[in-house]
Amino acid sequence: MSSQKVHLDHRHGLTLLREMERIRRFEAKCVELYQAQKIRGFLHLYDGEEAVAIGVMQALDERDAVVATYRDHGHALARGVPMGPLMAEMYGKVEGCSRGRGGSMHFFDASRRFYGGNAIVGGGLPLSLGIAMADKALREGAVTACFFGEGAAGEGEFHESMNLAQIWKLPVLFVCENNLYAMGVPLEVSEAETDVFRKAEGYRMPGERVDGMDPIQVEAAALRAVASIRAGNGPYFLECRTYRFRAHSMFDAQLYRTREEIALWKERDPIARLRSWLLQSHMITEGEIADIEASIAAEIDEAVAFAEAGTWEDVADLERFVLMDEVRQ
Amino acid sequence: MSETPTRMTYREACRQAIRDALHADPRTFVMGEDVGLYGGCYAVTKGLIDEFGPERIRDTPLAESAFVGAGIGAAMAGMRPIVEIMTCNFSLLALDQIMNNAATIPHMSGGQFAVPLVIRMATGAGRQLAAQHSHSLEGWYAHIPGIKVLAPGTIEDARFMLKAALADPNPVLIFEHIVLYNAEGDLDPGVSEVDIARAKIRRPGRDVSLITYGNSLPKALDAAAELAGQGIEAEVVDLRVLRPLDDATIFESVKRTRRCIIIDEVWRSGSISAEIAARLADEFFFELDAPVRRICSREVPIPYAAHLEEASLPRMADIVAEAKALVRPK
Repeated sequence: MSSQKVHLDHRHGLTLLREMERIRRFEAKCVELYQAQKIRGFLHLYDGEEAVAIGVMQALDERDAVVATYRDHGHALARGVPMGPLMAEMYGKVEGCSRGRGGSMHFFDASRRFYGGNAIVGGGLPLSLGIAMADKALREGAVTACFFGEGAAGEGEFHESMNLAQIWKLPVLFVCENNLYAMGVPLEVSEAETDVFRKAEGYRMPGERVDGMDPIQVEAAALRAVASIRAGNGPYFLECRTYRFRAHSMFDAQLYRTREEIALWKERDPIARLRSWLLQSHMITEGEIADIEASIAAEIDEAVAFAEAGTWEDVADLERFVLMDEVRQ
Repeated sequence: MSETPTRMTYREACRQAIRDALHADPRTFVMGEDVGLYGGCYAVTKGLIDEFGPERIRDTPLAESAFVGAGIGAAMAGMRPIVEIMTCNFSLLALDQIMNNAATIPHMSGGQFAVPLVIRMATGAGRQLAAQHSHSLEGWYAHIPGIKVLAPGTIEDARFMLKAALADPNPVLIFEHIVLYNAEGDLDPGVSEVDIARAKIRRPGRDVSLITYGNSLPKALDAAAELAGQGIEAEVVDLRVLRPLDDATIFESVKRTRRCIIIDEVWRSGSISAEIAARLADEFFFELDAPVRRICSREVPIPYAAHLEEASLPRMADIVAEAKALVRPK
C-alpha cells in the first residue's frame, strides 16, 4: 500500500526538520524562562525524543485523538496546538491552553482532540480505550494515539489496557517512548522483559520496535500501524527506542547515568542527523535551514510575548469547572 | 399510564432505570464485571444482555482501572456510559481513574472536557459478606471535588436517579445498598423524576431531626415510628446526595427541631456525618438545644459472624435511645 510509505521529498524533509526544531528550540526557551523563574513547578523536557512525536503525528489526521504524558510539550506542538497558548500555560496565564490550571504537564486542546498530558504514569492508557470506544461508535476510522514511557509498562493499568484494547479490537496506537530510564531507574532494573514491544505478543497484539531517533523510521512504522488499525484490525504497539538528552526534570542530578552514555546518544541526535543527511543529499540548502531557524525564533518570540501579555485568571473563578454546567466538547 | 401504584423491588427499579436509559440514548451503554451473561453480581442487569446485546451490556475483564478509565475516556469523547463496579470495595482498584482523571480533568483542562459518566456500585453491610465486601466508602468519595455522589435509599430514587445522573455533565457515583436490593415498595405513578440536587424529608416532625441516607433510612423511619408511639415526633431527612450536600434542607430541618442525630453506616472518623456535624456547629451553635449526635458503624473491618456484623452497624434501637436522651434529658 503506497500510503504506508514515507515520501521523503524536499518538502517533507523540510517539514520533519522544521517540526523537530520547533520542539527543541521551544524547550530551550522554556529552560531559560525557568531559570528566570517565569516558569515554575515541574518542567520535563522532550529534548532528544522529538522524532517520536513528530514521526507518529505524520500518520494522524484531524479526526484522530492524542493522549499524552506529562512530558507533553512535543506531543502538543506536533499535534498543532499553537505555541502561544502553550507558553502562556507554562506561565500560568488564563490565555494558556488549560487556563493556567495544568501547567507544563497538563496541556489540553479539545479542538484538536488533544486529551491531555497525564502525570499519572499509565493513567492515560485506560482513557485511550474509552476514546477509541466512542470513536468506533461515532467517528468511523478515527485512531487514538496513546503515548507513554517504558516506565508505564510496570503499572497494572498498562496490562489491563493492553488486554482490553485487544479483546475489544479498539483503534488505539500504543506508542511506547522507551528512553531507557523511568526517572532514574534503568530499564533492566525495572523490567523482566526489556524488549517492551514483546509484551504486546502476550496480548496477541501486533507490535514492533523502531529507532526512535529517526523520524522517518518512526513515521514509516506509524503509517503501517495506523493503516492496520484503520483497516479494523484492532490496536497496534510501537516501541520507539529513544533517549532523553536532558535531566528527567529540573530537579535531577542525573546520578544514574554517565556523561559518556549521554554523549554517545547525542551522536544520534535526530535533528542533527536529519539535517546533515538532507544537506548531504542536496535535498535542502543551508539557506533553507537558516530560514527555518529564523521563522522558529520569530514564532518563539511571539509566543513569549503572548505569554508575557497574558493575564492571571480571576481568583473569583477558582472553583469554575470543578463541576461543569454543560458538555462542551 | 396506569394510575395504580406499581409494586417493585429496589433491584427491579435499578434495572428499569437502566433499561429506560438504554432506550432513551443510543450513546448510553453499560459495562462492568459480569453485567452481561451472568446478569450482574447483584442481578441488577439480569436479562438486559438479551434485550440490548453484548455491545451495550458489555462484560469486562477483572480490570477495574481499565474499564473505569475507558468509561471516562468514552464520556470525554461523546458517549454516556454507565459503568458498574461490583462493590465499592473493588472501586479502590479504580481510584486512580476516578480521582486523578474523572474528578480532575474538567477543572485541569480549563473546562474543555466534561466527563458525563455514571458509575454505579454496591455499598454497605448486612449480608454477612465479611470485610472485603461490606464496607461503605461513599463518604470517601464525597471528599472529592469534581464528582457527585448519590445514595438512593428508596425505590423511587433507585428508579429515577439514574436518569438525572446521566443528564448531568459531571461524573456521578451512585451507591446502591446491598441490603436494599430486595426491598419492595410502591412507586407513585405520578412521579417520573427525582431532584438529585436536594435532600428530601421523608417524615416530618418537630422534636428531633434524624439525618441519614441509604440503608440507614429505613432504620431511621422505623425509629421515628416507634418514637411517635412514645410522644416524640422525629423528622427524617434523607440526604440522597452526599456531594454536594444540600445544606439548605439540612439547616431548615435542624432550625425547626433544634436537635439532630446523624445516622451514617460509614465509620465515624472523618466521615460525612462529621462534615454535617461541623457545618451545623458553624451555623447553629447557639440555636441548638442539644449537642449534635452521631450513630455510625463501629470502627472495625466489618466481620462475617452475624452477631458481630450486626453489632458493627447502626441499629434502630440505638437511634430510638439516642433520640429519647436528646429530647428528654434526665
